[in-house]
Amino acid sequence: MKLVDLFSQGKFVITSEVAPPKGTDLTEMIESAEGLRSRVDAVNITDQQSSVMRLGSLVASQQLKDRGIEPVFQLTCRDRNRIALQSDLLSACAAGIENVLCLTGDHVCLGDTPGAKPVFDLDSVSLLAAAQKLNGGVDIEGNELAGSANLCLGAVVTPDADTVETQLIKMGRKVEAGATFFQTQAIFDAETFATFMEQAKAFGVPVMAGIILLKSAGMANFMNANIAGVHVPQPLIDEMAATPKGERRAKGVDIAARIVRDVKDVCQGIHIMALGWEKEVPAILDGAGL
Amino acid sequence: MLITKRKPIDEIAGFLSGESSVFLLGCDGCAAASGTGGEPELLTLQSELEDRGIAIAGRKVIDFLCEKALIRSGLRPYSGLLAEADSVIVSTCGIGIQATATVVELPVHPACDTVSLGGVRGEWQGEERCQECGQCFLEYTSGVCPMTACAKQLVNGPCGGSKDGRCEVEPDVRRCAWEVIYERLQRQGRLDLLRSTPLQIKDHAQMRPPVELRGTKRWAIDLAAAKEEVS
Repeated sequence: MKLVDLFSQGKFVITSEVAPPKGTDLTEMIESAEGLRSRVDAVNITDQQSSVMRLGSLVASQQLKDRGIEPVFQLTCRDRNRIALQSDLLSACAAGIENVLCLTGDHVCLGDTPGAKPVFDLDSVSLLAAAQKLNGGVDIEGNELAGSANLCLGAVVTPDADTVETQLIKMGRKVEAGATFFQTQAIFDAETFATFMEQAKAFGVPVMAGIILLKSAGMANFMNANIAGVHVPQPLIDEMAATPKGERRAKGVDIAARIVRDVKDVCQGIHIMALGWEKEVPAILDGAGL
Repeated sequence: MLITKRKPIDEIAGFLSGESSVFLLGCDGCAAASGTGGEPELLTLQSELEDRGIAIAGRKVIDFLCEKALIRSGLRPYSGLLAEADSVIVSTCGIGIQATATVVELPVHPACDTVSLGGVRGEWQGEERCQECGQCFLEYTSGVCPMTACAKQLVNGPCGGSKDGRCEVEPDVRRCAWEVIYERLQRQGRLDLLRSTPLQIKDHAQMRPPVELRGTKRWAIDLAAAKEEVS
């Protein structure tokens, strides 16, 4: 099932995400995904997020697909050249995967293997263009394929970036290159997001607001200091800080649900990043009336 | 030593949309030795451009364009002519093009691609670096090299990794190259370039040094001398 089909049916699309393990034991990842199954349209599988070496997102996506859970296969340009990227996209098709999220990827220096060669042979835009070509029956060089790819291509955008205009310009380039839906970096301020959407809607492509589940004031401060494009407003940090430890989980869920309620009318879907607390996703959706 | 090859005139002329007058800048160092940036090559470029109806506001060859202080002093007597120009066409290596773009306010167009010389480097004193990628992107990036100034060598715009304008790699010492590109194009009223630039895909095959340059000669001056001896 392609996300683009759900959007064209006018559905408000809900996705969440799980991370493959650092190792071979998939139990926890599959349990998390099973817990999401009845409430989301698809589950993103992150690709060695934050440049931490893990089990691959392609096989992990296939594991979900085989269990009847729709995966969104995340693919970054950090670790593979254009030969490997295109090959993995073809392999994804063979595995029955229909949705792929094309990203540039974090730099290797942020992860647990900082001495690795950062590849970035392609970037998010040229990866989308390559995938679009595979969908059209040729590879990036124009060589014909025996059997086209048939992938729904997604991309990311950061609504709360330092310079939102550069994000919008790049978003336009991604649309031109073949992106048919967007998931955003985490947003916490509904007003900032609504302003962004006013400009982004000109592209005519569905946008899913990214929601991160806040776990503590410390986590919010850490993200503000270290994560690009994420700005947690001070009142939310204060709200978390004033919450007793035992009630923080519920407070985080409450805040996430509130943000979803505040943004759902200006976007076409949401993408919830629970960062290990996937069990709380149903509660967030309940709180948001979804 | 950086070996450069002149871009085809159609490519250079294609950079000049809406411009009627340009200033030509050459380099008497590596570029002159490469046969791309000396006075004779500038004269050739001048007549090719004039044939296409482009006026030449002025012309200057400077020793060495990798040194910004030399560019400043070399261009000082030409400020009047520069004021008449819409842009500067720089016929030298990627470092000289970047250094010029840092020094002059006008848009800067590259007339050359810089070709790998198997790791043998030129000497320079500034922060500009050239990857010798053989497919100069500086035309599209206001003279900031995405191959060396961007940690991910992104050629189609910024990633989502910059924070407060700093690169996610070494934020203490690195600005986001695409922020710098954005600011410079905004200052020049040329932000549309970011939207209109065709999709860029690096061709790593262009980084291989041409056969005739491989192996033996470290300095193009030697190459030029050797050619003279043979002829």
